[in-house]
Amino acid sequence: MSEKRKLPDPSIVKEEILAKYPPKIARKRAKSMVVVDQTVDQEIQSNVRTIPGIITQRGCCYAGCKGVVLGPTRDIVNLVHGPIGCSFYAWLTRRNQTDAGEEGPDGENFINYCFSTDMQDENIVFGGEKKLKQAIQEIYEIFKPKAIGVFSTCPVGLIGDDVHAVSREMKEKLGDCNVFGFSCEGYKGVSQSAGHHIANNALFKHVIGNDDTAPKGKYNINLLGEYNIGGDAFELDRIFDLCGINLISTFSGNSTVSGFERSHTADLNLVMCHRSINYVAEMMETKYGIPWFKVNFIGAEATAKSLRRLGEYYGDADLIARIEEVIAAELPGVKAAAKAVLPTTDGKLAMMFVGGSRAHHYQELFAEMGMTTVSAGYEFAHRDDYEGRKVLPSIKVDADSRNIEELKIEPDETRYNPRKTEEELAELEKNGLEFSEYKGMYTEMADQSLIVDDISHWESDKLIEYYKPDIFCAGIKEKYVVQKMGIPLKQLHSYDYGGPYAGFEGAKNFYTDIERMLSTTIWKKLKAPWLSKETDPCICAEFVA
Amino acid sequence: MLLRHTPKEITERKGVTINPAKTCQPVGAMYAALGVHGCLPHSHGSQGCCSYHRSVLTRHYKDPIMAGTSSFTEGSSVFGGQANLLAALTNMFTIYNPDLVAVHTTCLSETIGDDIPQIVHKATEDGKIPEGKHVIHCNTPSYVGSHVTGFSNMCTGIVKGLAKHTGNAIDQVNILPGWVEPSDMREIKRIAKEMEAKIVMYPDTSDVVDAPQTGEFKMYPAGGTTVEAIASSGDSIKTLACGSWASEDAAKQLDSSFKVPYEVLDIPVGLSATDRFIEALANAAKVPVPDSFIAERGRLVDVIADMTQYLHGKKVAIFGDPDQLIPMVEFLLDLDMIPTHVISGTPGKKFTAKIKELCAEKAPNVQVQNGAQSDMFLLHQWIKNEPVDLLLGNTYGKYIARDEEIPFVRYGFPILDRIGHSYFSTVGYTGGIRLLEMMLGAIMDRQERECSDIKMELVM
Repeated sequence: MSEKRKLPDPSIVKEEILAKYPPKIARKRAKSMVVVDQTVDQEIQSNVRTIPGIITQRGCCYAGCKGVVLGPTRDIVNLVHGPIGCSFYAWLTRRNQTDAGEEGPDGENFINYCFSTDMQDENIVFGGEKKLKQAIQEIYEIFKPKAIGVFSTCPVGLIGDDVHAVSREMKEKLGDCNVFGFSCEGYKGVSQSAGHHIANNALFKHVIGNDDTAPKGKYNINLLGEYNIGGDAFELDRIFDLCGINLISTFSGNSTVSGFERSHTADLNLVMCHRSINYVAEMMETKYGIPWFKVNFIGAEATAKSLRRLGEYYGDADLIARIEEVIAAELPGVKAAAKAVLPTTDGKLAMMFVGGSRAHHYQELFAEMGMTTVSAGYEFAHRDDYEGRKVLPSIKVDADSRNIEELKIEPDETRYNPRKTEEELAELEKNGLEFSEYKGMYTEMADQSLIVDDISHWESDKLIEYYKPDIFCAGIKEKYVVQKMGIPLKQLHSYDYGGPYAGFEGAKNFYTDIERMLSTTIWKKLKAPWLSKETDPCICAEFVA
Repeated sequence: MLLRHTPKEITERKGVTINPAKTCQPVGAMYAALGVHGCLPHSHGSQGCCSYHRSVLTRHYKDPIMAGTSSFTEGSSVFGGQANLLAALTNMFTIYNPDLVAVHTTCLSETIGDDIPQIVHKATEDGKIPEGKHVIHCNTPSYVGSHVTGFSNMCTGIVKGLAKHTGNAIDQVNILPGWVEPSDMREIKRIAKEMEAKIVMYPDTSDVVDAPQTGEFKMYPAGGTTVEAIASSGDSIKTLACGSWASEDAAKQLDSSFKVPYEVLDIPVGLSATDRFIEALANAAKVPVPDSFIAERGRLVDVIADMTQYLHGKKVAIFGDPDQLIPMVEFLLDLDMIPTHVISGTPGKKFTAKIKELCAEKAPNVQVQNGAQSDMFLLHQWIKNEPVDLLLGNTYGKYIARDEEIPFVRYGFPILDRIGHSYFSTVGYTGGIRLLEMMLGAIMDRQERECSDIKMELVM
C-alpha cells in the first residue's frame, strides 16, 4: 500500500476558486478552505452560515432532527407538523434498514409510513394546534403506538404553535403513549447539525431512562451514531454477538424506543458519528456515570482497533481473548479482499465531502485499498470534528448556536453510578484509551491535502478539475453532477443502495464496490469514437458561461 | 408486511395525512423553471427545502438538478429574507452566470410575508442583476395546493416575467405541456414537427434533465425554452394548455395580458386524449393532420385490439396528479379496464366530478377522492376492501403492491427506482403503446409467476 505522502500544494487552485467570489464572500470562504500543515495548529471555520446562492450541499435543522436521529427508529410514529413536503421528502429516503421481524410478524414498524398534519393556509392563519391534536388522537386510535414524536417545521415556529404543550396535553390524555415534541424548525442553526442536537435533547428528556430493567448480558454497551445505512448495524450486531457483547441500543439504526429507554443501564457508550450524537454521550455520562469513547467501525483495521479498545475497557481476559479470536477469524479474509483489489485501487485518488464523520471514517477504508484522500470536508460538522475536542473551549458560541437549547444535566439522584472510578479511568487512559475524546479528521490528513468545509458547487467543480480524482464521494445532489464530468461518485449517505460498509464484511463490500467503480468500462467510452481523442474526458469539466 | 399497521377498516380522519399522494408546491416550481434555457431556479427559504427538492428531482431523473437557496437562518425568519435574497442574486450571477434566475417562495418566506417583486426591484435598482439578465418569480406557499400548483404558478411566473406583446401576431401556437416528463415534451415537439405546426412550448425540460453523458458537465444544458422564444409567445395566435391543474393559469395569463386565446386540453395520454390533442393542434395551427398519424394511431389501436383479452374487465387502482389521472382513466376505459379506486392528494373540486363523469357508464362504482386526507393510506384501505388487478402510481406504490401482491406499473412523480420515464414517452399514440407494454407486461408477468406448471402458456 502507498505510504501517506506529501501532496502537491493546492494553494494556487484555492486562490483561483476564491478569485471568482465577491471580496466579502472570498474572505469568508478562505477560512473554510485549509491547506493542511501538520506542523502548526490550524483553525477550520465550520458550523457557520452558508452563503446564500452559493449552491451548498447542506439541508436544514428539521432534516437533521427527523431524518437522522429518529427516522431510523421503528416503534415510534414520527408525526411532522407542517405543510406536506417536509414529511414527504423524508419518507424512506435515508434507507435506514430495520428488522421488525425479531419481534414477530406483528412487531411494530412505522418506518414505511409517512405522517403529516398537512397544514393548510387556514392553519397558518388561525393556528395549527387543533389539527395537531386531532392528528395525534387519530394516530393513537388507528395505530396504538407506544410513542409519538412531533416535529416542527418552519411555519410552526413562526405562527407560534406550541408542539411541546400539545404533546404534554395529549400524552396525559392518552395515558399509555409517550408523546413529545421537537422544536426543529428548518431555519434553526445553520445546517442539519442543529437538528441533531435538538433530537439528542428530546431523547434525553423524554425517552432515555424510562425503563430500569437490568440488562441481560455480561458486557452491556450502547452504540451511538450508527444509522444502519445499508445494514451497517446488522454487521456490527453480528460482530458484537461473536464477541459476546450485548448491545442494549443503537442510536439510531435498527433502533427502538424500547431500547433507548433502557440505554442508561449500559456499562459504556461507543460513539461512531461524533457530530450527530456526542450530546447524548456527554449527558449520559453526567447523569448516569456512563463513560464514552470514540470508535470507528469503518475499515477493517479500525474495526479491529475499536474492538480491542472495548476489551481493554472491560479488562476481562475472557473477553479480550474472544475479541482476539474474532479478529483472527475475520481479518485474514478482509485483508485478502483488500489485496485482491489493489491492482485496481492502489495509488488512486479520492475526494470526499459528506456528513459529520463519514468524510473522516472512509479515509481509513480508502487507505486500506492504497488510495489517497487528497481533499475532504464535512457538510455540517463543527470545528471539533476537524480539529479535535481540544478546541471545544475556544469555539465561540454565535447567534445561530445560541438558540439551540443546552440542557443542564445533573447526576441522577438514585441512578448515577460511575462505571469506573477516577483511578480506573486514569489507569485505562495511561494505557492508551481516550475517554470523551475525538481527535478529528485533521490529524489524519496528509500535509498539503485540502480541507473544505461546507463545499459549494463551484469549489468542488474547480477542485475536481485540479485533482482529477479517480473517485468522488458525496451525496445524491452531487452524484450526477460529478459523474457528468466523467468521474464516478460514491454516495456516502445512501451507499448508492449498496452496503453494508461497516465492520469486516462491510469493508469487503466497499473494496469490491470501489474496485467495480474504478474499473467500469463505460467511463472509457464517454466520447463518440469519431470525435477527437486527444482530450481526456476526466478533466474537461467546465461551465458554459 | 411492509405496511403491516394499515387496517382494513376505514375510519374518518381530519387531522393526519398518512402516506401522501402529493407533495408541496416549491418542487413543482423548481421543475418548471428547469424548462427554461439557462435558468437557475432559486428557493427562497430554508436550505432544507432546496436540498429536498433537488434530491427528489435528482433521484427521479438521475441527472444534475442545480438550484440555489436563500439559506434562511432564525435571524432572517425574524427580520425578513430580503438581505438573503439580494446576496443570493449577486452570488448566483457572479459565480454561476445564468441567463436568468427563477425565484420561488416557500412556506417560510410566505409566512413572514417577503415581497419578492419589491426585493427584485431593489436588486435591479442596486445593479445586482447584470444587464441582459432576468429574474422571474412566483409565489409557492407550501400550505396551499400541491406540487402541481407550484408547477402551475411557475408557468404563470414565466409568462409574467418573460412573455411580451409586440402587436405583430406570429403564426405560431403556444403549447403548455403541463407537468410531464422530458420524453413527453420531446414527443410533443416531434408531433408538432410532423404536423408542420409552428409551436412555442414551455416549459421544456428535454435536454435539461435527460442530458447526455459526454464527459462534460454543463451547468446549463442545451435544452429548455429560450427567453426569446418565450417572449414571442405573447404574439402567438393561440395557446393550447395541457392539463387544467398545471397549465390553465398560465394560459389565462397569456390571454389576459396579451389577448392570446386559449383552449384547455387533457395531457395527450392514451387514445382519446391524443385524438383531441392532434385535432386541436391541427385547428389551432391551421394545418392538416398528415397521413402518418393515421398509421401512428392505427398501431396503437392494433395493439389494443390484439391484446384486449388481458385487459378487459381488469380492475385498476390509480393515484397521482389530476392532469395525469383524468386522461389515464379515460384510456383505461377505452381499454375496457375498470378504474376502481382513484386518489389524488392534489385538491380541486372538479376532479372527482370529472372522474365520475368519465366512469359513469362503464365503471359506475368507481371510488374517487382528492384533496385533504386523500392519501395512499386510504387507497390501500380501499384496495384491502375491494382488491384490484393492477396498481398505477409513483414509486411509493410498490409498498402496497408488494403487500397486496398486485401487479404494479410506475406512472407519475416521483419514480425513484426505475429508469425509462425520462426517455420513453407516455404521451401521444406511441406513448399509448408504451403504457400498454408496461401494463400488459405487469399483468402477464404475474400470470406466469403464479399459474401452475400445467397452465403455463408459450404464446400469449
